[in-house]
Amino acid sequence: MARLINRIRFGRGLVLLICGIYFAVPMAASLWFSIDDNKGGTTFRAYTELLNAPGFTDSLVLSLELAAVTVVVLLLLLVPAVLAARLGAPRLRPVIEVMCSMPLVVPVVALTTGIIGVLRWGPDYLQDTPLFQTIVAIQDPKFPIVLIIAYVLMALPFAYRAIDAGLRGVDVVTLVEAARNCGAGWLRAVFTVVLPNLRSALLNAAVLTVALVLGEFTTASILGFTPFSVWINSNGKSDGQMSVAVSMLSLLIVWLVLLLMSAVGRGRKAARS
Amino acid sequence: MTTAPTPVPAPASAAHSGGGATAGPVTPATATATTAKAPRPGRRRTGGSRAWLAALPLLLFFVIGFGLPAVAIAIGAFTTSTDAPDGGGTFTTDNLTGSLQGAYWTALWGSVKLSLLTALIATVVGLPLAQAVATSRFRVFREAVMSASGVLANFGGVPLAFMFVATLGNSGEVTKKLGLTRHGWNLYTFSGLSVVYLYFLVPLLVITITPALEGLKAQWREAAANNGATALQYWRHVALPVLVPSLLGGFVLLFGASFAAYATAEAMVGSSVPLISMQIGDALSGNVLVGQGNLALALGLDMIVVACLVMAVYLPLQRRSAKWLA
Repeated sequence: MARLINRIRFGRGLVLLICGIYFAVPMAASLWFSIDDNKGGTTFRAYTELLNAPGFTDSLVLSLELAAVTVVVLLLLLVPAVLAARLGAPRLRPVIEVMCSMPLVVPVVALTTGIIGVLRWGPDYLQDTPLFQTIVAIQDPKFPIVLIIAYVLMALPFAYRAIDAGLRGVDVVTLVEAARNCGAGWLRAVFTVVLPNLRSALLNAAVLTVALVLGEFTTASILGFTPFSVWINSNGKSDGQMSVAVSMLSLLIVWLVLLLMSAVGRGRKAARS
Repeated sequence: MTTAPTPVPAPASAAHSGGGATAGPVTPATATATTAKAPRPGRRRTGGSRAWLAALPLLLFFVIGFGLPAVAIAIGAFTTSTDAPDGGGTFTTDNLTGSLQGAYWTALWGSVKLSLLTALIATVVGLPLAQAVATSRFRVFREAVMSASGVLANFGGVPLAFMFVATLGNSGEVTKKLGLTRHGWNLYTFSGLSVVYLYFLVPLLVITITPALEGLKAQWREAAANNGATALQYWRHVALPVLVPSLLGGFVLLFGASFAAYATAEAMVGSSVPLISMQIGDALSGNVLVGQGNLALALGLDMIVVACLVMAVYLPLQRRSAKWLA
């Protein structure tokens, strides 16, 4: 028996070791690559020049704006619908579920093809209608609304799952009934009773969405906009070292945000109990 | 839970998420009032019909954001494009047949091959890793690996490509240290791309399979041990049969993720490895013959068909695994 346990421990250690190497080496190597001056020394040139690189701030700001707006739009659309399905119209639930799974089926490249197809209707068929102006307006390179639409769609499945998982742990129907019996109106019940209970689920949904938007490349690049990820790519073709530096930085940022979120969530749970 | 914040959200919600406000028969104005009124009878039923209104913005958004592109693909794939000699809009199956021939067929097949290979390797590698992590005694370690997996699984894309270029590319650190180019290593090939894809596929499998592994009851293992089963027999006759639907489901999910991946390949190999997503990107950038503008839409349709097949396999499997691990 002891030998068996030893063997299991050994096997586990080996598996973790191999996987650890596979996942750690590229990161360590990239970190080294980004500060290697090719003469055996180190330099932080890539990191200091980063801030002054043309387009760095613009693209980063655009990405952050897109992320923020996407989160707001997504939650405003999704939360009322999900709550309505729970509270008032259970028959809505399968509809929402199907709607929120569909974007998973369609690869992002294919979705982008469809979006381009729709955008082409503008010059092709709608030249003289007000819809044409709309189609032009949503492609404003300063703030491409069309990307928001695409990102909300892409984030829909993940956000829905996060919120649905949160709702599973809370008996919303009873909570709302109790609040209503105490004389609270619907709005008050939702804002002061339901939403605070869903805080960590909403937080999760928001984090997933932000991570998705900050890393999204396909749609933005094909449609010809320049958020952060597209900038990294085009910039990386000219300065390899700097692009690796940015890549490491973006990975670090996402990681920190996620760790912070889970720490906040755990702290709250601990405080409550 | 104080009364202070209520005046603030009330007007805001009336303006934006109007659905929330109309979910019940009470108007926003009376909803914020704090007087203790007994709920009127029959409220739930009337609320039910109005609750649909709360979902209306999402439905509308979905129809416009998802429905229109879907229609555009469906129509575009079967009609000639506007730059065609006949002015466009006539029914044709040329786009579809064209998208399944020559370079496009090679790319589609290349994508399927790459996805099958990487999904298979990631499943085989990821299962022992997930098991090693799930049965670890250290809670902090488990949580750290899970959160790391969450990050890495979504880490596909441009940064990943650059990271591997810096590591295993022609002038990458590891390549230089170990002199890998002399042994015929080249990152910018099919196998190089597979190594890169595993970097986000393995964590993705760990995330998807861990709940199933945690659902394996300790009693099953004990029962097997009490009946004299070895660890191997336990896995062969108890654990694996329970895990098979989850594993297959995970495999299919990985296939889908790998099949749809675009950014990593685009940033790393461009179109030197034939992949369907690269071809679509090319075709959308106008890189097609005159009159074939709608070919990209047909390629998109091909991709959706493959993805639908994948989902048709995945959903029943997921239901089956949920039955055991509830």
